[in-house]
Amino acid sequence: MKLRIKYIFTELKNMSCFVYLFSTICMILFALDFMLYRHGNHPLESIPGFYAFYGFIGCVLLVIIAKWLRAVLMRPENYYHKTESKIKVPYNNSEAENVDL
Amino acid sequence: MLIFELPPFAPFLIIAFIVLFTRGRVSSALMLMAPIWGAFNLWQINPQTVWQITLFELQLNPFRIDKLSLIFGYIFHLAAFFSIIYALHVRDRVQQISCLIYTAAALGAVFVGDLLSLFICWEFMALSSVFLIWSRRSQKSFFSGLRYIVYQFISGLLLLIGTLLYWHKNGSIEFSHIEFQGLGATLIFIAFGIKCAFPMLHTWLTDAYPEATPSGTVFLSALTTKVAVYALARSFAGSELLIYIGAIMTCFPIFYAVIENDLRRVLAYSLINQVGFMVVGIGIGTELALNGAVSHAFNDVLFKGLLFMSMGAVMHMTGRINGSDLGALYKTMPKTTVLCLIGAASISAFPLFNGFVSKSMVMTSVLNQEYYGIWLALLFASAGVFHHAGIKIPYFAFFGKDSGLRAEDPPLNMLIAMLIPAALCLAIGIYPNILYQFLPYSHDYSPYDQSHVLAQTQLLFFAALAFVWLNIKGIYPAELHSTNLDFDWFYRRLLPSLWSTLINKIFFVDRFVRQVVLNRLRLILLIIKRFHRPNGIFSNAQTISNMTLSIVIILACYLALSFI
Repeated sequence: MKLRIKYIFTELKNMSCFVYLFSTICMILFALDFMLYRHGNHPLESIPGFYAFYGFIGCVLLVIIAKWLRAVLMRPENYYHKTESKIKVPYNNSEAENVDL
Repeated sequence: MLIFELPPFAPFLIIAFIVLFTRGRVSSALMLMAPIWGAFNLWQINPQTVWQITLFELQLNPFRIDKLSLIFGYIFHLAAFFSIIYALHVRDRVQQISCLIYTAAALGAVFVGDLLSLFICWEFMALSSVFLIWSRRSQKSFFSGLRYIVYQFISGLLLLIGTLLYWHKNGSIEFSHIEFQGLGATLIFIAFGIKCAFPMLHTWLTDAYPEATPSGTVFLSALTTKVAVYALARSFAGSELLIYIGAIMTCFPIFYAVIENDLRRVLAYSLINQVGFMVVGIGIGTELALNGAVSHAFNDVLFKGLLFMSMGAVMHMTGRINGSDLGALYKTMPKTTVLCLIGAASISAFPLFNGFVSKSMVMTSVLNQEYYGIWLALLFASAGVFHHAGIKIPYFAFFGKDSGLRAEDPPLNMLIAMLIPAALCLAIGIYPNILYQFLPYSHDYSPYDQSHVLAQTQLLFFAALAFVWLNIKGIYPAELHSTNLDFDWFYRRLLPSLWSTLINKIFFVDRFVRQVVLNRLRLILLIIKRFHRPNGIFSNAQTISNMTLSIVIILACYLALSFI
């Protein structure tokens, strides 16, 4: 029993349940826009679903543009390291690379 | 009870000096005492205290306290407290001493009243903090530390030159509002801008912070940029330029954060993004905006510290920090996962978490001042920050694909250290007045109204929906081992290659000139040799009669000339 609770996020069935639940919450939030009164300082704010659309479209654009940027900006991991590794440093504790001393 | 008042940095310096001569548990206990003693001392200090020293004809003001500096003083003590708990297991003298001096210098910087004293603290901060990077003792961290210290020294030098020019022009070096005109003020502005990670001056931060030790990064993230934010709020509040700089700072790092693999570097980019919100608030300059900027700085120390600590814990336990190597750690690190999620919700400004109560002040003041373009940019950045810091960090470290790593939760001291800011994130989010009572300007702002809460929740949930949708469609970029080019390419790649090309050219010209000169010399030598070789004209043995004949000819010529 304990194991099943522990690994709740890995099972595919649970994941699709989670996605459905999440989408339902989003739809409810969207619907609330029509039910609750909302004051705003800006004309855009009074459009129903403005924040929802802005958040969604903004993030999709963010990821797509970032993917394009990768084509321009991405280099191998040791891109800078090649030249730097020729120079000797005072101490180089490569075993301590990832741990506190 | 202490009868005399100490300047706020003094307890840290005194303890740093004592720690030098102790070891083991004693020095840990002493280090823990430093922020407690410091906070007690700060609480006792009379708020009107001003110290003045006259050096030659200069009025120096090494200690001045008011509401703006006081709130930064409080948060630095708090940050030092949980960071020291986080680093309790570290038995590295260099890190212990440098983190204490670093905190002392940062505290010094927020309580000084003149620019020259600020410069001294500024340099001490740079000098002491670089050891937190070098303490990682790896090749990469060594070079990152070097680049970091060069940037910090450039900032310090600009501050010094700017101060001198400003003094020359205005006859005062008081650290208060500075009119943004003239070279002196501009240099001071750029000096603050470097520490504040303005766009294109930001690469020291994303370069060095991920290379520091796990506990060192927590100190670094809490202090340097916040001192710069304080300095800007003190000197350049209301400069319109800051609004645009801040808006760029909120927007461009999120693109980098989406494609970055090193999770601590993702956090470094999101640190710039958060500082951008503060810079916009300072640029707006109204009381509400400044309160927003200051409270956001306060909250950022808490949630960014928490996130850096949780990633530090992952790194400490697994030895890995790249998103591509991690995943599904929630199975064995449940406590860290929950604490990280609290930090992620706070930085994304979910209602009931502390990011919400401070970021909304900045957003509202931007709308009130009718900067609509900036408002849309900040809204986009708010959704973006949730995307990379709120979802990406926990998702790739603790959920997502199973990496096969089965690391335990970190040691107790690290968990307690993370628990403190996590509890405060929630407490401030639920009762914002805990924070609002310390703010420098009076206001009556309430973040929790229906339309605002609904708007923010919709924005964030649909940003999350976008992540889910992109992930299911397989559009979301996978984490890849890579280096992403940033502005540092100019000085790490372009300048060195230009320099080596230049040096090659100089060598080439130099060799050519030498070759030509040597060839000429060789030719001359050849000619001389020809005359001097055996049977050459100059090497024949001359008889005395020949000599006499030559002298007679010369004398005859001389005689002939005398008749002319």
